[in-house]
Amino acid sequence: MSESKPDTRILYCHCQYAQVIPSEVKASVLQGLCASPKAFDAVADLCEMAARQDPALKSLSHDGPVKIAACFPRAIKWLFAGAKAPLNRESTEVLNMREASAQEVLARLEAADIQPNLPEDHRPPQAAEAPNPSPKPQDESH
Amino acid sequence: MMEPENGSVAVPDRFEKIQALLEKGYTVTRATPDGTTSPNARTSMLVVGDFAGGRPPTDLESEGLEVRFEDESTLDAAGLLAKAEAMQSDSSTFKHGDWKPWFPVIDYDRCTNCMQCLSFCLFGVYGVDDGDRIQVQNNDQCKTNCPACSRVCPEAAIMFPKYKSGPINGDQVASKDLQREKMKIDISALLGGDVYDLLRTRSEKAKSRFSKERSPDKALSERMKCLTKLADSGDIPPEVLMSLPSPDEIQRRAGEAKQKAEDALKRQQENA
Repeated sequence: MSESKPDTRILYCHCQYAQVIPSEVKASVLQGLCASPKAFDAVADLCEMAARQDPALKSLSHDGPVKIAACFPRAIKWLFAGAKAPLNRESTEVLNMREASAQEVLARLEAADIQPNLPEDHRPPQAAEAPNPSPKPQDESH
Repeated sequence: MMEPENGSVAVPDRFEKIQALLEKGYTVTRATPDGTTSPNARTSMLVVGDFAGGRPPTDLESEGLEVRFEDESTLDAAGLLAKAEAMQSDSSTFKHGDWKPWFPVIDYDRCTNCMQCLSFCLFGVYGVDDGDRIQVQNNDQCKTNCPACSRVCPEAAIMFPKYKSGPINGDQVASKDLQREKMKIDISALLGGDVYDLLRTRSEKAKSRFSKERSPDKALSERMKCLTKLADSGDIPPEVLMSLPSPDEIQRRAGEAKQKAEDALKRQQENA
């Protein structure tokens, strides 16, 4: 556990294109964020952004502490790595909305500390960790 | 959405607006005076806020990027969405949600570069990089809801984050998961090497038998039976199996994939 810095960012994934996160959890977490005084970034679907290698992912993985409300930490680690926007393991905490309750997720988003929980690296970085998927149309509107 | 210090936007209103935008695929940043958000990703933006005197600043345009301003108090969720959609249609032809983002994500902490996935996939999703390391090259060729390649991975290193259960969905891999995955490979081997081999063999047998009987209905019935069995054993959606090409084409693609994998492994050994 480490102390949260004032510049800890919050990223919320709405997992829009699959029904794998309970809708009541997503809604409650988003409502909680809207009711809090905190700033946050919210994306429709991190998988879609990773598939398109959306350049916004690089901004979202920008160095500095970040708490991500999404799904499993292992999936999030490699989604970002696959999109050439690797997350910093020391300063990233992933809150898993597939398994945790909305209250648990919100409590961690509100907490002053950050608890990094991305899986440890077991192998040295390889070139293939930044794959080059087929080009997807880039959305430049927002 | 720019929030003033007094937080004048009502919470339910804020939630409704942000949710409406997310459901249409938009990225939303809620900025507050003291909060930290991600740096701008150099994309066009619609800035919605409570501006001094109720008058939004003049819209900006630079290097193909646009920043438009709207007074938050004059827009309900539908109005805000309409503004965002108008801006998108002006600047992009890409529509969110056209494609369900279903594709394999490789856990390189677990991957041993054995090339089983490359050898197995008939749709050209996998390839190798310049260093002969496996990678996902054509994620849009992946068949939606089909996790078959993750089933052949001996290390459970292939994830589909939108899959229903672990460890394929990204959940931690337990030793029992590895045993289960190995069992599935064994079952696949018993069925005839892999599910596509089975399909090919069954189809060829059926073709031969039914060509004599001259009964297309029976041939179709046999194919359906085979596909159903495969769907049950391999968790492969029937629609994926039904969309497979002809047995000859399957054989050609399987040979091509296998050759790619063998070549990569050979180069790995030579460079070791």
